[in-house]
Formats: sequence, C-alpha cells, structure tokens
Amino acid sequence: MYQYTDFDRQFVKLRAQQFRDQLERWQRGELTDEQMLPLRLQNGWYIQRYAPMARIAVPYGEISSTQLRTLAHIAREYDRPTPELLAHAQATQDQLQAAQPGLTLAAPALRYGYGHFTTRTNVQFNWIPITRAADVMDLLASVCMHGIQTSGNDIRNITCDAWEGIAEDSIVDTRPFAEITRQWSSLHPEFSYLPRKFKIAFNGAAEDRAATGWYDIGLQALKNEAGDIGFTVKVGGGMGRTPVIGTVVREFLPWEHLLNYIEAIVRVYNGYGRRDNKWKARIKILVKSEGQKFIDAVEQEFDAIVAQDGAPHTITTAEYERVASHFVVPALRPAGLPSNVNPQGMLYQRWLAQNVRGHRLPGMKTVTLSFKRVGFAPGDADADTLEALAQLAEQFSSGEARLTHEQNLMLPWVFESDLPALYEAARKLGLAQPNIGLLTDMISCPGGDFCSLANARSLHIAAVVTERYQDLHELFDIGPIDLHMSGCINSCGHHHSGHIGILGVDKDGKEWYQITLGGADGSNLSGPATPGKIIGPSFSAAEVPGVIEALLNTYRTERQLLSDDAQGPRYENFIDTVRRVGLEPFKTAANAARRPAETETA
Amino acid sequence: MKIIAAHEHQPSPADLKVIELPNDANPFDLDLAGVDRIDLQFPKFTDGRAFSQARLLRGRLKFAGELRATGEVLIDQLVQMARCGFDVAVLREGVDMADAQRQFDRFKGFYQGDVTHPLPHFREAA
Repeated sequence: MYQYTDFDRQFVKLRAQQFRDQLERWQRGELTDEQMLPLRLQNGWYIQRYAPMARIAVPYGEISSTQLRTLAHIAREYDRPTPELLAHAQATQDQLQAAQPGLTLAAPALRYGYGHFTTRTNVQFNWIPITRAADVMDLLASVCMHGIQTSGNDIRNITCDAWEGIAEDSIVDTRPFAEITRQWSSLHPEFSYLPRKFKIAFNGAAEDRAATGWYDIGLQALKNEAGDIGFTVKVGGGMGRTPVIGTVVREFLPWEHLLNYIEAIVRVYNGYGRRDNKWKARIKILVKSEGQKFIDAVEQEFDAIVAQDGAPHTITTAEYERVASHFVVPALRPAGLPSNVNPQGMLYQRWLAQNVRGHRLPGMKTVTLSFKRVGFAPGDADADTLEALAQLAEQFSSGEARLTHEQNLMLPWVFESDLPALYEAARKLGLAQPNIGLLTDMISCPGGDFCSLANARSLHIAAVVTERYQDLHELFDIGPIDLHMSGCINSCGHHHSGHIGILGVDKDGKEWYQITLGGADGSNLSGPATPGKIIGPSFSAAEVPGVIEALLNTYRTERQLLSDDAQGPRYENFIDTVRRVGLEPFKTAANAARRPAETETA
Repeated sequence: MKIIAAHEHQPSPADLKVIELPNDANPFDLDLAGVDRIDLQFPKFTDGRAFSQARLLRGRLKFAGELRATGEVLIDQLVQMARCGFDVAVLREGVDMADAQRQFDRFKGFYQGDVTHPLPHFREAA
C-alpha cells in the first residue's frame, strides 16, 4: 500500500493543526456556525442527531494493521457519549418508537465505542465530542490518516474496486492513479466550493465492482491494442432524488491526461452547475440538461488546458512509477498456524464458497470477513474487534486489509494453506458467517438512529432481516442478491442499485419505506447499472419484513431451474427472475403483505 | 496577498478602470484592454465560481492588473484565493489580521499546481 513521504506526513499534520485553529476560533465565537460548517465538513465532521460524527477517509479502502489499531483506540477512548447524552438520545429514540404503535419494529439500543464501515470506504464514529475532535485528528495524522474532503461540496474520498491489483480479472491496477488523483484533489484551491459533492471511482478489472456508472466521474481502466493504459470516462452518474447513470464522454483517455481531463470536467461544473437548488446541483443534472453541449465544453476546456496552459498536471512516467512502486506485492509469509477445522465440514465449505475468492497469484486467496451479524448493525466494528482485525491482518495478510463497498473487511494476501486457521480465527471473532453476497450481506446506512438527514431508521429493519434469515439452507437457496437500504433520499445505503432497495421516507412524522426492485450496481451479477423501480405506495417498518418475505417467495415460485445434478438444483438468480417476469407478480405479492388493520388504528 | 477592510474598498474609483464581474459571467467575453482591476464576487462564501474566474483570468488570459475578491470572504479562503490569482481581498470589519496571516504561514507546499506555482508538487520535487 501507499507509504506517505515526509511531505505527505507533514501535510496531514498541518491539516490537523489547521482544523484545531478553526475549531478554536469557532469556540471563541470568531467563526459563526454557518462559517464553520463547510470547514468542519471538509475535515469529515458532521453534527448529527445527538453528537458529532467523524468520517475518516480510507482511500480506496486500503488500511494497515497500525491504522486499524489507531481506529480501535479512537473507538475505545473517544467514541463515548456522556451518560446524560446517551440517556437523552435513547429516550428520544424511544419516543419515536412509542409514537408509531403497530407500525414499527423493535429497535436495538443505541451503541457506542465502535467504528462503522461505509459504502465509500470511510470509517465513521458517532459519539466523539467536538471538544476532542482536534485530538482525534492529530492521532489519525500520526498514522497517515485524515478526514480531508470526506464531506462538503468538494472532491470526496476516492474509491476503487476492493480487489484492485489482486483480482483474477484485473486489467490495470488503478490504485496508483487513485492515489495520484487523491493527492491532486486534496485542498484544491479552485474546487473546494463546488455546487455540490463530487465523487470519483476507479475500476481496473473486467467486472465493474466499483459501481462506476453511479459516480460523478467513473473511470474504467483498459488497455488499447498497442497495450497503452487509458480510461473510459463516464460523467454524471449519481443517486439521490434523481438517479442517473453516467454518460461516456471519452472512450479512451490516455492515462497521462487523467488529471488534465478531470480538471476540465470539474472546471466546467464549477462554472455552470446549478447553485439555486440543492437537489439540482449535482453534475448529473448539468450533464442531463446540456447533453452534447456539456461534453463539447469539457473537450474545449481540456484542449485549452493542454494547448494554452501547457498541461502542467500531465502525469509523468516518473511520478506514475514512484506511486506504482508502493502498490507491489508485500513480503508474503504463511501464518502456518494449526487448526482443528474439518475441511469437509459443510459450514467451512460454505465459507470457502462465499467468503473466499481467487487471487491473481497462484496459491493465494482473498478472504472477506463478514460484518453482517446478529446483534450488530451492518459494517459496525467495536474497539476489540478492530484490535483483533489488526492482528488478524498481521498474521494472515502481510499487515494489510481492505474495506469493501459492501461494508465488510477483506484480507488481500492470504495463503490458501492458511484458510482453515483463518476460518477458525475469524469464527472466534464472529466474522466467519458464510453470507458474502447473500441476502443478509445487506448494505445499510446508519439512518435515523444517528443521522440528522435521515427520514427514517434503517438499523432496526437490518436487525430484523438479519435475525430472520439466519438459516443457512434458506439463505443459500435464495442465492446471490443485493439488498440495499437508505434512511433518506441522499442514498448513502445505495438503495437505487439494490436488487431490492429500501428507502426511508417521512410522512407526518412517521417512518415509511419505499421499496424498489431491479436496481443494479453494474457488477456481473447485477448487470448494467440501473435504478430500481418502485413497486407501490410505501410500507410501514412493521410491514417491511413481510414484504421482503413475499418478494423472496415470489422469486422462489417464479424462478427457472438452470440445472440439476449431483451438486443439487441450480436456479436463476433473483435479479434475473425479476427481469424476466417483470414487476407485476412481485407487486401483487408485496401488496398482499400489507397490514391494513394496524395502519388504520395508528 | 493584500487584505483590506470593507471601508477601504472603493467599488469604482475615479482614476481607475475597474470591472465588477458577476460570478456567472464568462471571463473570455471581457475586453481586458486598459483594465486596472477586476472585482470578482463571492455573493456567499460557499459559492466558489469566482475561484475559477480568477484562475482563468490570471492563468490563461494573463490579466496583469489587480484581481480583488469582494463579497462574503472568509479568512479561511484567503490562501485558496491567492493560489487562484487574487491579489487583494476585502474582509469584513473586525477580523483579526493575525488569524489571517497564520493561514498563509501554515502549509509549506501543496499537491496541485496553481497560478503562483504552475507545476504540481510531483513535478517540482523531481
């Protein structure tokens, strides 16, 4: 993984120092709340329902054992509400619950002392007092971490496919380009007050595992016939109130022009993106309304950057090689630990099938640890778990781990011979559920338990679905499926791209849920990126588990048998059945799962 | 970068040719001949269009006169402004100049090139 230079180290330390200066001026009243807002957002600090939330960047998901230990320390020592605050928060949540008799689900108590993995490979903490924020940023800087541009109307943390550089279908390792772009975008003088947030994703494999169609800029790496590296550039994808899939504006952009071309796109957006309406301010609206005119403007600006400005940000071979030299295979050594696992055991075999993937290096595997567990919100890791992960990564994966888009943690450098011992170690930590890619491996935002933007809670639904589908035979029979859930239209839980999407909406102070079907993130399983379609009026939380069950039952009735042999029957996947038979049978089943009597008495 | 207080700012002095450029105007449409100063606008400090205007005026159109930042200007934006080519910023009354100066003294360098240092860090270091 990338190792900070002295310049990089000093940069994040000074950034932490700058944030302390800003916080102190705000606390002295020299900066108003309104003036402080974008400054703290650009360092990843929100003010949520009850406490600040810190969003820490893990660029393209790569994290070291040392960094995991620091996150564990922050979770343990800093992610703590006062007893009064916690009591107040819990009482408020309980009131929300009490105000919706018959309409909602039992809600787990609020928790603290943990980090939350997000879909965009950030780690969030929910309870750090703002008075300790500067100390946390200093701590993070000491291990080359930061919250730079994890929020705000700027170029956000840059993501990649989690399997960059190790995937069997790898074309180009895009991590060096993501790192070069991260550096270029950090504290950009011209692009820190854009009309709205701006997200960039890279994908370097044949399969799009980075949802590039859904990004403001999605970059698919490829090689041309001469073997030169370039990028297909998509612009104007995004979720939110108006889901749009990005438009291809360049089929093959030579790699050395990457920053020049992004600069052209963002400059056109900064000048012409709408600023009169927050909901129309993303670049997707500009691309949609202007179409070819937008593309022409970008090309014209790009030409001017090259011809008139002299293209100072053209990536040099020396710089590419310097950065790429960090993304090499680390020193590999097998853990060689004993294990009592029965390699023929069904649970172990299922874990191999779901959580272990092939590696471009022979004899190596990648292992995904599941953070979709009974009793925990999706993507939550408490201090002890974070600490244990650091050790696990050290023992089994050369001290490296990767956060995934699906809110899990993947170990990228595992010897095949170490799998039984790793399975055993992961099982002790409760992280060996063989559910990767299955229904319970759902994506969910923190929702109305924490987030002040949320219209509805999501974690209580996640908890009920997790408990309901613990039977592995049933879970495997349902097969691969993307269940995505967001507590509001900002779509942090990527509901638009879920095969089943759940969106929290607010009606008269009560929580309701809109359900969509047939969304796709662009992966091989899901097919080309597309938003799901709403299947009818929204449901109460109490109805949602029954609706999910009805949708799954409809699938099991309608699905086609693909083959039946000694391995057992194989059926078409949920998403394929939805596409083949259409929404109608699913709508009918979902509507039949409504509970009208309880709705009326509410 | 020169920082002046709001009362020192003269929108249209008699002896200078000054253009007040709205932030949705295209700088390429301007006739820059004989222009001494261009006042760029920040109607709200969160509206960053004038950063690009300054960058284009100074960097690409090689405007050699004064670029002045007016409107809602915060001291936490001054370094960015200087890097985009502004040479004067009008701050509201009562701002502590030491707070402003401290921002300029902090970072020893930046990753990207800008109007004052066109090459990015990776090319300067090489």
